[in-house]
Amino acid sequence: MAPAIRCRALTKRYKDVLAVAGLDLVVETGECFGLLGPNGAGKTTAVEMIEGLVPPDGGEIEVLGLRWNRDEYAIRQRLGVALQETRLADRLTVLEVIRLFRSFYRDGHAPEEVLDVVELREKKDAWVEKLSGGQRQRLAIACALVGNPDILFLDEPTTGLDPQSRRQLWDVISTFKGRGGTVVLTTHYMEEAERLCDRVAVMDHGDVIALGTPRELIASLGADHVIEFVIGDGADPPPEETLASLPGVENVRHDGPRHSLTVTELHRALPSLMAELQRRNVEMTELITHQATLEDLFLSLTGRHLRDE
Amino acid sequence: MGYLAPLWQLTVSRFREQLRQPEVLFWVFAFPLLLAIALGLAFRNRPADVIHVAIVAGPGADSLAARLDAAGGFDVSVLSTPAANDRLRSGGAALVVEPGTPIVYRFDPTRSESRLARLATNDALQRASGRHDVLTTRNRTVTERGSRYIDFLIPGLLGFNLMGTGMWGVGYSVVDARRRKLMKRLLASPIRRSQYLLSFIMARLVLLGPEVAVLVGFGAIAFGVPLRGSILSLAFLSLLGAMCFAGIGLLTASRVQTVEAVSGLMNVVMMPMWVFSGVFFSSENFPAEMQPFIKALPLTALNDALRAVMLEGSSLAALAAPVAICVAWGGISFAVALRVFRWR
Repeated sequence: MAPAIRCRALTKRYKDVLAVAGLDLVVETGECFGLLGPNGAGKTTAVEMIEGLVPPDGGEIEVLGLRWNRDEYAIRQRLGVALQETRLADRLTVLEVIRLFRSFYRDGHAPEEVLDVVELREKKDAWVEKLSGGQRQRLAIACALVGNPDILFLDEPTTGLDPQSRRQLWDVISTFKGRGGTVVLTTHYMEEAERLCDRVAVMDHGDVIALGTPRELIASLGADHVIEFVIGDGADPPPEETLASLPGVENVRHDGPRHSLTVTELHRALPSLMAELQRRNVEMTELITHQATLEDLFLSLTGRHLRDE
Repeated sequence: MGYLAPLWQLTVSRFREQLRQPEVLFWVFAFPLLLAIALGLAFRNRPADVIHVAIVAGPGADSLAARLDAAGGFDVSVLSTPAANDRLRSGGAALVVEPGTPIVYRFDPTRSESRLARLATNDALQRASGRHDVLTTRNRTVTERGSRYIDFLIPGLLGFNLMGTGMWGVGYSVVDARRRKLMKRLLASPIRRSQYLLSFIMARLVLLGPEVAVLVGFGAIAFGVPLRGSILSLAFLSLLGAMCFAGIGLLTASRVQTVEAVSGLMNVVMMPMWVFSGVFFSSENFPAEMQPFIKALPLTALNDALRAVMLEGSSLAALAAPVAICVAWGGISFAVALRVFRWR
């Protein structure tokens, strides 16, 4: 069986910016695939090329074993798409919008059924312009789901949403995947990628710089915990070599007074760090430890934070 | 799903959105009516005006004034030279008469009411001084329906409104959908581009019937404006005009990305037609060298055809030339728009 999506050497240039630089990707049927990266990494351009909305400058795309130039209509019948920041018709009701989209598809769900899935039933007669940000996003996803797609594309579905709306959307996506659907998701939230995605491609400057399951990617850091601490004003921090030589420490990084250590054995690294600081009579004003995340991976790969830009 | 179900849903959606915007209804229905009422009042047929004449004070002034008063139809004031000149300049008097030998008429020959005043004043003074007409003549006055200003105006306003609603209804909606990425989202769905573009035009046509009926009906009821040709011819011309300007609106909006830019562009496209195409006054007023250009404008063709059907009862067969002009404008615009259209 052909993979849900296969693309080879995909490139796109906008004037003098190479937005996507020779991207190779395979998305298997039934998996949730995440494209993770900061703004401007080329995620949206890549996804819109796969969706057949942006013609690539070079490379090949196969969706469900079909090609855009030959089978556009057939592919579209089987895709559900939620673009970034689409403002659907302001003065149509929620139900009217879903009915409109339902009319495009040969097969699909009853509009009322989809309303239940995205929990918008009580809003079905409200004008779109009266909806909150989270409700609009759920409506966008309802429009993507109503044609009963094989592949669901979501471009930053939870950007700008409050935690509760975000969790509601995650549930909708999980349900779709639970029924065997394939999901392609772009995000710059690590938590979202870790929670939803079977595999993640980390993108930067138009290309994939790391690919694997969230667990594999984090494991590739060679360390599973991160210690972050801040030194009090005026105190001299220990030199980097000293920190790096502490037991269990794999990597040292600092950003002004904030230091961050990637460590394998938290139970050994933390006491020795405390002892070292005490010996130098340096006071900490802040101390955080957490499990390593994709954010730490991105930081270690690029030296930049995902949400810097 | 066949071709028609999505087209129907797209059309209904567009139509609903239009109905839910009160400003759309205002521009389509209320605005042309208000314009017709205002212009109908301003240019209603009045009893023949009195002629305002200023006589410069001096020897003989009073006797001239008395002779004009006796002739009737004149409103005469005797004023100092500066005051009389002021009156002439401000339009309060159409003619200044300086008594003496010879009597001097001062007026602006480009003002038709001044030329008229000069003729009437001279005639009255000559008769009062003993001139005799050599030919026997008699007057019979008529006020015929179909030749008044309001009769000229209503078909012009209809064409004007078809242009405005066609251009705005399609052009603005296209740019708005593009700006909010709704267009892109729809194209990510399995619809044909032709379905999408047709839905704009069809939604436009739904409002067309009421729009024409309201304006023509109002003209007939309030002012007795005639419809001498067949209703079918009028319906055909309205449809033709709407499609023609929908095509031009689509072309105007085919690449524009902001609402501000498209507003400016629409006005640039429509401006020459507001002025030249004989909406408020006859396009024959422009110099003969400009006439070929003016006749080729779609609104001129539409207005000429609408007037011919409403006022002269022409058949469509007699209107092949203006119909062909509208078809050409609409068809070429639509074809070019499809080629250059920016879908995202």
